[in-house]
Amino acid sequence: MAATETQGVRRSRGARSWSSILRSSPRIAIGGAVLLVIAFAAVFADAISPYPPNQQNLRARLQPPSAEHILGTDHFGRDVLSRIIHGGRVSLQVGFIAVGIALAVGGVMGLLAAFYGRWVDSTVSFVVDVMLALPGFLLALAIVAALGPSLVNVMIAVGIAYIPQFARITRSAVLTVIEMDYVTAARAAGSRDNRIMLRHVVPNSLSPVIVQVTLSLAGAILSAAGLSFLGLGAQPPTAEWGSMLNAARGYIRDAHWAVTYPGVAIVITVLALNMFGDGLRDALDPRRID
Amino acid sequence: MLKYIFRRIILLIPILLGVTVIVFGIMFMTPGDPAILMLGENAPQAELEALRERLGLDQPAYVQYGLWLGRAVQLDFGRSIRSGRPVTREISARLPATLELALLATLLAIAVGVPLGVLSATRPNTAVDHAATVAAFGGLAMPVFWQGLILILLFALVLGWLPPSGRLGGWQYYVLPTITLGTSAIAAITRMTRATMLETLSQDYVRTARSKGLPERSIVYRHALRNALIPVVTVIGLQFGQLLSGAVITETIFSWPGIGRLAVDSIRAKDFPTVQGAVMVFAVMYAVVNLFTDVLYAYLDPRLKTRYS
Repeated sequence: MAATETQGVRRSRGARSWSSILRSSPRIAIGGAVLLVIAFAAVFADAISPYPPNQQNLRARLQPPSAEHILGTDHFGRDVLSRIIHGGRVSLQVGFIAVGIALAVGGVMGLLAAFYGRWVDSTVSFVVDVMLALPGFLLALAIVAALGPSLVNVMIAVGIAYIPQFARITRSAVLTVIEMDYVTAARAAGSRDNRIMLRHVVPNSLSPVIVQVTLSLAGAILSAAGLSFLGLGAQPPTAEWGSMLNAARGYIRDAHWAVTYPGVAIVITVLALNMFGDGLRDALDPRRID
Repeated sequence: MLKYIFRRIILLIPILLGVTVIVFGIMFMTPGDPAILMLGENAPQAELEALRERLGLDQPAYVQYGLWLGRAVQLDFGRSIRSGRPVTREISARLPATLELALLATLLAIAVGVPLGVLSATRPNTAVDHAATVAAFGGLAMPVFWQGLILILLFALVLGWLPPSGRLGGWQYYVLPTITLGTSAIAAITRMTRATMLETLSQDYVRTARSKGLPERSIVYRHALRNALIPVVTVIGLQFGQLLSGAVITETIFSWPGIGRLAVDSIRAKDFPTVQGAVMVFAVMYAVVNLFTDVLYAYLDPRLKTRYS
């Protein structure tokens, strides 16, 4: 694994322009376009949803899709489409915050481990191995168990669960970069560790980390929705995709639309993120550029 | 080979010890008094004190951890707060159901994923290949919980072919949970088999086999696939972790009486001894499967075999 992870690193200087990447990879273009639409909907959720997400209408419970409610209504007569749009906001927020936590903590761990080596490296590697001894979702589950069910705790738990991935990827990326002549040159010129790390090492180790961010976003959104589905994340009446599915489960016989469409929203989002991340990885892979 | 296995087992010990710190932390970090959680809010003060003393809750954290670890290595995780029965007994009653489901899902994933990957790789950039790729991407993006509900809707409620939940009563009860749990593994194995097959098919020995005029069938299955499968073994091991995660959700959807559902129910009920026991069992299962795949990998790859024997 480590060998493939470091592959993306070597060529970060003078990487190709964005327009040429977009032209050569339809996956990045399609994934990116879908993500833009989702992000737009999330940001302007209040303006574009036909109804407020929590507005109940008990006379219009479990209505099938119609002109009035394009994706139908749920068991409280709430508009499913409006809740999906607002749920997207929650999911993106959870994803970004969780990955942000993982990137900040894991990135620093990996950077320090690779840069200082020796006991720092062994300590970090041990912590990472221990965290990887539990599959990510189960680690997040255990942390939510300790912190208590809530959306904020899910962000923290999923964030912690993704730390090992970032620590590993950053470590292997940095290990490749610090071997480079320009780092040796900076050292010889008497630059301080901080300056070498921030000016030379970090910018040149970024591309594999960026790929990991997009792929982890997909995983984090899935994990968070899964925890909410189990009733351990977003609590009612928050419009969140996983908890919408959980609530609609009991009415699946009478209102399959309330189950179907939030799931479709998750699939589209995760698919777009995976396509984007996969395309990005191929585009940044030096073996495929020639 | 034995030396290699032995070394791997020794290396596991510090890792699992690290996991016990996390698992112990679950209880320790939880706000609230465990004694009150166990005996209830209205328990007499004297009883609470006695329980605190018995569990060592009045001791500093590291002493508590030591006491807990001492019991845990003897497979004693205390008693379930919900049922009052020993956690170990609760878990051993549920373990077969989870193992059964995980094993079936793994077999399904291999049985579908490997042939699909081979099919894709031997016909690169054809309609078959593209269809398999799209299906694999879809399978990876589909949340387990949604897929389970859609399968229930379709096959249990609309078509009425299969039961929507439960476990005992015949093979029909196994179909939907197994498919639900196995899908993402099918997708991952398909992708990996395709990638490694493509790489193997371009190797020199495959070209040699072709130039000898061997039939394509034997080239694909006798020469290429055997070598291409080696990395796939690793993916199967890694997927097992996903399967354990998926089992938590799948068991909840299908009312499957396994450890995953036990864990979720226990988290909801703040039954921490059971949560600790369940998480620990998950970690051990994951470790054992990873050890097994690593050993299998070393066994299958002659280059590694010579290095470690």
